[in-house]
Amino acid sequence: MSDEMMEDEGTIKKFGYVNRKAPYGTVYALESLEVVLIGAAFDQDVSVIFMDDGVYQLKKGQDTKASGMKNFSPTYRALEGYDVEKLYVEKESMDIRGLSTDDLIVPVEVKSSEEIMQIMEDQDIILSF
Amino acid sequence: MLHTVNKSPFQANALLSCLRVVKKGSAILLIEDGVYGALVGTKATPTIQEAMKNSKVYALAPDLEARGIQDNVLKGVKTIDYGGFVDLVAEYDTVQAWL
Repeated sequence: MSDEMMEDEGTIKKFGYVNRKAPYGTVYALESLEVVLIGAAFDQDVSVIFMDDGVYQLKKGQDTKASGMKNFSPTYRALEGYDVEKLYVEKESMDIRGLSTDDLIVPVEVKSSEEIMQIMEDQDIILSF
Repeated sequence: MLHTVNKSPFQANALLSCLRVVKKGSAILLIEDGVYGALVGTKATPTIQEAMKNSKVYALAPDLEARGIQDNVLKGVKTIDYGGFVDLVAEYDTVQAWL
């Protein structure tokens, strides 16, 4: 890539989003999703990590009708359209929460704690939720 | 006495604290992120199963549904709606909310 092109496209950095909170109980999950979309809109190299209760954000079959909240889970399926394709879930978190990849709304890569550590190390910027 | 728990058992010790001091015959109602405590096949499942021997355990259906876990609830946990929540509050003299 020429210097000129770099200037036109700006600098691309690796943005890592670490999601550790369940959806709905707090606003973290929804806020993270919005910031992920902002990163994608600026054509950054986005990775999204789900660990601890954050893995519950991707649970299939969320239905918020009776509780009157906004169901934002379909947005995870739209991430692909924004070129956000690097979704990682920590295996250890899934295991103790009774989840398997069949329970999830989007295809993800299941990673061990050690692999998650490396993914986090590889980022230029980490945004924590 | 009615105990409400609104925190995930994996994120906070609210459920454990509740179970430590809950008296036989009390009711425990899981709401908000507390409903993850009603799931089958988790690290918290044996704990809540033990508690169910002495207490009635309820979970709020709208909160289960929002989180997509309404079909994975432990046998013996009774799911209730908002009306049922009100009934429980009226039925028991006092409410302790494990925030």
